[in-house]
Amino acid sequence: MSPVSGRRRLGRALQPLIGVALLIGLWSFAHATRLVDPVLLPSPLEAWSAFWSGLTTGNLWVDFRVTIIRTAASFAIAMVLAVPIGIVLGSSEKIYRSIEFTIDFFRSTPASAMFPLFLVMFGVGERTKIAVAAFGAALAILFNVAYGVMNARKQRQLAAKVMGASPLRVLADVTIWESLPQTFVGMRTGVSIALVIVIVAEMFIGSTDGLGQRIMNAQMIFDMPQMYAAIFAAGALGYALNLLFILAERRFVHWGGK
Amino acid sequence: MARLKLLPGGATAPDAPGTVTAEAEKDRFRAFPKGTHITVRGLTKRFEGSTLYDGFDLDIPKGKIVSVFGPNGCGKSTLINMISGILPYDAGEILFDGKDVRETRIGYVFQNYREAVFPWLKAIDNIRYPLKFLKLSRAEADARVDALLASFDVKIDLARYPYQLSGGQQQLVSIMRALVVEPEVLFLDEPFSALDYEMTLFLRDRLQKVLVERKVTTLLVSHDLDEAVELADEVLLLTKKPTRVAARIAYDAPRPRTADTTLTEDFIRVKSESLEIFLREVRK
Repeated sequence: MSPVSGRRRLGRALQPLIGVALLIGLWSFAHATRLVDPVLLPSPLEAWSAFWSGLTTGNLWVDFRVTIIRTAASFAIAMVLAVPIGIVLGSSEKIYRSIEFTIDFFRSTPASAMFPLFLVMFGVGERTKIAVAAFGAALAILFNVAYGVMNARKQRQLAAKVMGASPLRVLADVTIWESLPQTFVGMRTGVSIALVIVIVAEMFIGSTDGLGQRIMNAQMIFDMPQMYAAIFAAGALGYALNLLFILAERRFVHWGGK
Repeated sequence: MARLKLLPGGATAPDAPGTVTAEAEKDRFRAFPKGTHITVRGLTKRFEGSTLYDGFDLDIPKGKIVSVFGPNGCGKSTLINMISGILPYDAGEILFDGKDVRETRIGYVFQNYREAVFPWLKAIDNIRYPLKFLKLSRAEADARVDALLASFDVKIDLARYPYQLSGGQQQLVSIMRALVVEPEVLFLDEPFSALDYEMTLFLRDRLQKVLVERKVTTLLVSHDLDEAVELADEVLLLTKKPTRVAARIAYDAPRPRTADTTLTEDFIRVKSESLEIFLREVRK
């Protein structure tokens, strides 16, 4: 490898850090020049040390974990409900046509608008948060699974059929595999919807823990470093979940796009 | 009247001259030449108001390779798709030694190999896939795959996924997948038309060898007349729609046939004759 191309490769690897450096630079500048009230905008270092000490010695980790568990639970419920229904919907054009509008309507309805309804149904507690998040995630997953099943390549299904596969076998051996790339799109969208709803639910519907509640509390007592730390934790969680699903997709849908 | 009973679809007779007696009409369903494998009777297929096949009859001999050739849009692929059970038809009857398609082991090779192989399975598992419908023991299945690989003299790494193989290698996998069940009938829908010439020659050569060894009844749709003649025991020429058989031309040159075969007088004669009929049909 020539030194030029080596340097270029290193440069490319560092490129994403430019944005981070810019943000931190701008933040430090705004803090140092008191462009923004320092009570509202602590220095990056203060925010970072709040994050770090919250994780290592404080209870940030507790809220972090609660939010992860809620998101995971609602995502799991959404998957269990949405994947089988999505497959059924996608396999039958008749069924799909007859409930497409209904699903599309609820998918377009902000899940947060459903909070009061779910509160009435499930009461103030753990179940409501998980139920609303699962509802929002399930619709996204359902739609994508159905879409993937519907758009499975007809020729591969025919190939299996002509080899003697029964309709059920065609579904298991071809259609479901064909729908996997689209299912992963749905899973990624679903998990991020679940996270958004869980955080909002923790903020507003009677929570005593979770990242959402932590952000809200810190804001109310003007503990800004703590608030930024919790926001950062929520961001890191969202990013990590997305990354996890991208890696899983690469592993399980290795043929995708090829 | 017998005809109406047999064909509830209400097919009408194909351009039959008025001299056909009721007796001969009935015979159409019972009689076919000795050595026939597939009998097609009264096949009718309509597409959005236009009639592609109307009371179409055909006999395909056992263990022979028949090339289907004809004008654009005459329904060559439609014909083999109906015979292989992929495509439903409006009326008629298709039997394989008296059995219907569901009771017959068939192999089908699509033109578009990319959308025919299963990319989530390794090449070897693609080849093995149809064996699971045959209830063979593990050892029998392995023996079949091994024998097939030996026949094709395969030199590709079958532990790879299809998308890691070249187009020709993918089509080879697809051909072996069709043959591994030891099909009674093999359908090939323009199997080489998406491949480069070198690969086409190689695959034709191997396929021909295996088909002759195994005596598989084969229906090949081709848009390349040289290929159609070179591989065929018989060239089946079709008319424009509503499609009928324009002619059937036998070609019995010795096998294996190679590129050199295409230079022989016999080959050129069969090809010119086919071409003449084809052009006549196209201009009609």
